[in-house]
Amino acid sequence: MEGFPILSLITFIPIIGMIIVLLLPGRSEKEIKYTALIATALQLILAIILLANFNYSAGGIFDKSSFQFVENYKWIEVFGGSWVGTIKINYFVGVDGISTPLILLSTIVTFIATISSWTINKSIKGYFALFLLLDTAMIGVFISLNFFLFYIFWELMLLPMYFLIGIWGGPRKEYAAIKFFIYTLTGSVFMLLVMIGLYFSATQTLADGSQVFTFNLLALMDPSNYTATGILSPLNPHNLRFLAYIFLFIGFAIKIPMFPFHTWLPDAHVEAPTPISVILAGVLLKMGTYGIIRVSFPIFPEITRELAWYIALFGVINMIYGALVALAQKDFKKLIAYSSISHMGYVLLGMASLTVTGMNGAVFQMFNHGTITAMLFLSVGVVYERAHTRGINDFGGLASQMPIYTGFVTVAFFAAIGLPSLSGFISEILVFLGAFSVASIRVLTIISTLTVVLGAAYMLWTLQRIFFGKLNEKWSSLHDLTGREYAMFIPLLIIVFYLGIYPNPMIHLMNTSVNSLIEFMSANAQHITALAGF
Amino acid sequence: MTDTLIINFSIIMLLLPAFGFGILIVFGKKYPKLHWLEIGILSIGLILAIVVLITKLTTYLHDDIAFNFVWINFSNISLLDSFKIRLGVKIDNITAIMLFVVNLISFLVHVYSLEYMKGDPRFNRYYAFLGVFTFSMIGIVISDNLLMIYIFWELVGLSSYLLIGFWYEKKSASDAGKKAFLTNRIGDIGMLVGILILFTTYNTFSFDSIFHQISLGKLPFDSTAWLTVTGILIFLGAVGKSAQFPLHVWLPDAMEGPTPVSALIHSATMVAAGVYLSLRIFVMLTADAMLVVAIVGAVTSFLAATIALTQNDIKRVLAYSTVSQLGYMIMSVGIGAYAFAFFHLVTHAFFKSNLFLGSGSVIHSMHHEQDMRQMGGLRKKMPVTYAAFIVSSLAISGIPLTSGFLSKDGILAGSLAFGHLTGHWLMPTLGFLVALMTAFYMFRLIIMTFHGKPRNIEKYEHAHETPFVMTMPLVVLSLLSIFFWYTLNPVAPEDGWFLHDWVKTPAQVTPIETRFDFMVNKPAQETSVIAEGTHGTAEVSSITNSEEYEHALHWAHIPSLILSLTLGGLGILLAYLIYQWKYIDPDKMADKLRPLYLFSLNKWYIDEFYHATFIGGTIGLSKLLSLFDKYVVDGLVNGTAFFARLTANISEIFDRYIVDGMVNGTAFMSGLFGLSLRKLQTGKVQTYIVFVVFSILILLLLFKPF
Repeated sequence: MEGFPILSLITFIPIIGMIIVLLLPGRSEKEIKYTALIATALQLILAIILLANFNYSAGGIFDKSSFQFVENYKWIEVFGGSWVGTIKINYFVGVDGISTPLILLSTIVTFIATISSWTINKSIKGYFALFLLLDTAMIGVFISLNFFLFYIFWELMLLPMYFLIGIWGGPRKEYAAIKFFIYTLTGSVFMLLVMIGLYFSATQTLADGSQVFTFNLLALMDPSNYTATGILSPLNPHNLRFLAYIFLFIGFAIKIPMFPFHTWLPDAHVEAPTPISVILAGVLLKMGTYGIIRVSFPIFPEITRELAWYIALFGVINMIYGALVALAQKDFKKLIAYSSISHMGYVLLGMASLTVTGMNGAVFQMFNHGTITAMLFLSVGVVYERAHTRGINDFGGLASQMPIYTGFVTVAFFAAIGLPSLSGFISEILVFLGAFSVASIRVLTIISTLTVVLGAAYMLWTLQRIFFGKLNEKWSSLHDLTGREYAMFIPLLIIVFYLGIYPNPMIHLMNTSVNSLIEFMSANAQHITALAGF
Repeated sequence: MTDTLIINFSIIMLLLPAFGFGILIVFGKKYPKLHWLEIGILSIGLILAIVVLITKLTTYLHDDIAFNFVWINFSNISLLDSFKIRLGVKIDNITAIMLFVVNLISFLVHVYSLEYMKGDPRFNRYYAFLGVFTFSMIGIVISDNLLMIYIFWELVGLSSYLLIGFWYEKKSASDAGKKAFLTNRIGDIGMLVGILILFTTYNTFSFDSIFHQISLGKLPFDSTAWLTVTGILIFLGAVGKSAQFPLHVWLPDAMEGPTPVSALIHSATMVAAGVYLSLRIFVMLTADAMLVVAIVGAVTSFLAATIALTQNDIKRVLAYSTVSQLGYMIMSVGIGAYAFAFFHLVTHAFFKSNLFLGSGSVIHSMHHEQDMRQMGGLRKKMPVTYAAFIVSSLAISGIPLTSGFLSKDGILAGSLAFGHLTGHWLMPTLGFLVALMTAFYMFRLIIMTFHGKPRNIEKYEHAHETPFVMTMPLVVLSLLSIFFWYTLNPVAPEDGWFLHDWVKTPAQVTPIETRFDFMVNKPAQETSVIAEGTHGTAEVSSITNSEEYEHALHWAHIPSLILSLTLGGLGILLAYLIYQWKYIDPDKMADKLRPLYLFSLNKWYIDEFYHATFIGGTIGLSKLLSLFDKYVVDGLVNGTAFFARLTANISEIFDRYIVDGMVNGTAFMSGLFGLSLRKLQTGKVQTYIVFVVFSILILLLLFKPF
């Protein structure tokens, strides 16, 4: 695999697809759809090849040499005037055990979302072009090791998402789209500030001995690269690292979404078409937590340690608040949206534990939530397409009419509840084990176990209201799953069962990186605190 | 027969029903006869269970057989010291006996259902669910560690949800399934936190390893109080599964499921799991924890018996009698009568499944009539069912020559000894009162159902004895409710092989100062021998009870025997007086004791109380938070947006009328500002992109290095 630009290929294949789609005439709908399908399928195959060639003992995180499939090219080099100096930005990408699961997740979910997009019938050309652009942006975020590149992909994702909700969405699509856009853009502004601050605080020595400012994430993680006076440099006694951490965290927290920044999510989900909801919940939300793990934690380990309790607190609020609000929902899709908020809380709690077990649980939970919630939103889509309503109380007795669909939904629901033998259980128990082992967040962890009951309550109640009871005559014409719908559910179902029964491969994949992240953070937190002691 | 073979047999026994489940779920619709696969699987399971039972109780009577493997491997991680999560199987005597009980009853239920569920449109799915139920229960039984128990524990919850709510068209059925799952999950939270405490302390889930470390003096958070708390937390799981007060409310509703399922749930699976777990953690329970367990058991037993007195639904009476008998078992664990708790679990499993299958037989022949006030006189029509009912009712009432007499009398004698030794007289008092009530309500049931004149002639005319596949299980289970399977001496169970050879109370591992005095053998403290087997650590334990306790038991034996026989006889006599010979009119009595009668009939209003408080409270809170989310959290967001728009409009006005009239250059700048803010509402995203680019440039300038 040496020298083969597999990451760039995975990232930019959809762009090629997009160009083809744009070149095709708008009425050749079939060709457009198949182009998208082939592009995402190729991506998925490449992701599997990536996994097959992955070195499980390489840690990554902070160490360039143990990142894999690295591509590092000169990209932007401009002289920004005498006071900015030369701006050098590299196209620097690579993966480790934390990004690889997410790349796998993105490619799987995108592929299934493409299948689910088959029923889109409004300006297909535009839809698939934007869809593929979105795809590139998502993968780009997960492979970037340069903050500037990361930011570009992060922003690039906004645009197609905005239009996909705003044009192909439901009745209140404009409101939902602009809300999503402004909310995430606000987050981006926070992130941008920190990025620029970091840029001017750390330097990297080039081969010729000259020192330049850097966006290189790995360089930013090393305290010895910081200048004495940089405003985010630990060496500067008046540094603004604490404030910067909060800003960056808010930037990521909006995406997770973390309470109280979560209200864009239910609106966006309710209005978005099914495949976009699937991508939104399945992949986009993970970008927030991924950003925290990739950027915030290793660059600001000392502040992370200081604020870990608060991160855990917000995690627990997400878990319980999300579950309680979900319980009161009458719209099927909104309920699932709130369940996402609840489940993302586990990720926050797990990472806040700063233990190998908890962090493994958090990354695993990202993956599992991605697959499980994709099934949940697909389930909503199936019934909405047939009945044109999502009101939970409008249904009843669908189990008699659509038994196979009911079976799949039941599995998805129980996976979300965290039933053992399904993948969600493993990540939840790892989060609990990790978080409970840390004395300071033990009480929070005990409180968080309430979700175990609340989650089951809203899920089973929904199951009962939609599927059980006597069949409402109105729905006696609904037909069960089609072949295409089988194709969406079955791969996810297999993953959920496989990782629930035998989670070892995934643990194996994440473990080395998680371990080196935790080790790196604890060493650096002490180091930086010592530096600041000057 | 080697130990590997026993392990292999147990694992095959475990996996076969799961395999059957998979096949039936996928292909069941296409091949209607496929349920025979599940019956075949259970027959194999039963044979394997018998082989394991016999081998274990002969060749390996004193040796436990264990096997485990790495499930999740965190490989060589510097921070975790090569942390691995293991799953494993451990076969000791109670495991082997339970395996037999579970497989036998499950097999009989499978056979019985052939007739009972005949014609059900989801016949194969029913068998698939029975398979997953059996699978989950076997998983709990053979597990050697807490995590694996928790995993199968949840799967039992799932199975009960699927089977109780099997007839999902009925709202009451789907309600009951949901209630069972959720109530169980409340207990599971306690169990989960208990597991977390144990794992954090001992870095393992394995029972043997945890107990070994406790015996070496390592305690959770270095405190005996926390050991007590941990024990109670794990016991909470059992409170849920074994339907103990205050989480008992799901079990009576669980009879909404098909009757054979009730037989399974109420005897060998599900409710047995809670008692089984309590037995598993028995050795780590401190005196305080045991007292809590004993009180919960005694109160549950009493509460359920008082409710059973007035119920008119045949299955409901049986359901409350189950809760009551489970209370006995749990109390028995709490008072240190470990062996009797397990003994009663086994005997009860046989006679209770017999009662439920018998009631199923009645219901089947009465065309799904469950109200005893519509029955009567069925004795002649259904002689086999009647005989089965008589045998098992005598057993549950603790009449000599039955198995129930042996185990129940042991518990009652134990409670008397416990009261004598510790001064806690609550347990024997409630225990004996329950014995009286049990005999009464069971014979009330028999008389109302089988004796006297038929009250509903039309239904009576249709009634008939059920076919062989339904009566055969009744005969088998009736036979197993007779004493000679357990001991040759019908009044002294201690001399029989069951208690003398097979099941013994293991030694406590808790620090001596936290045990009951009578559980400390003062003259010569017998230490437990730790034997390193080839397949892990097996603990060979000796009887822990002191001579003092043996004396007390001996002292309690005769009084308890006389008292329980008197009370049992009295209960039966009362039932005959009121319902058979009608010397006392039950309606008049109910009128006289109206408040008490209503209290019992309405199940102490516990469901109503939960609805008004916990359920209502949660739903209310969720509605409140949902409004908070909509109007406060989102309101703030929309408010900010509104404010931004307002600012944009004001700056536009400002711009148009004031700034514009002034310097042109400034006007241009503000105009840009106002215009861009106004654009916020028009949704021109492109503007934003331009702004992002601009901001980067501006910020780059602002942050210039010094």
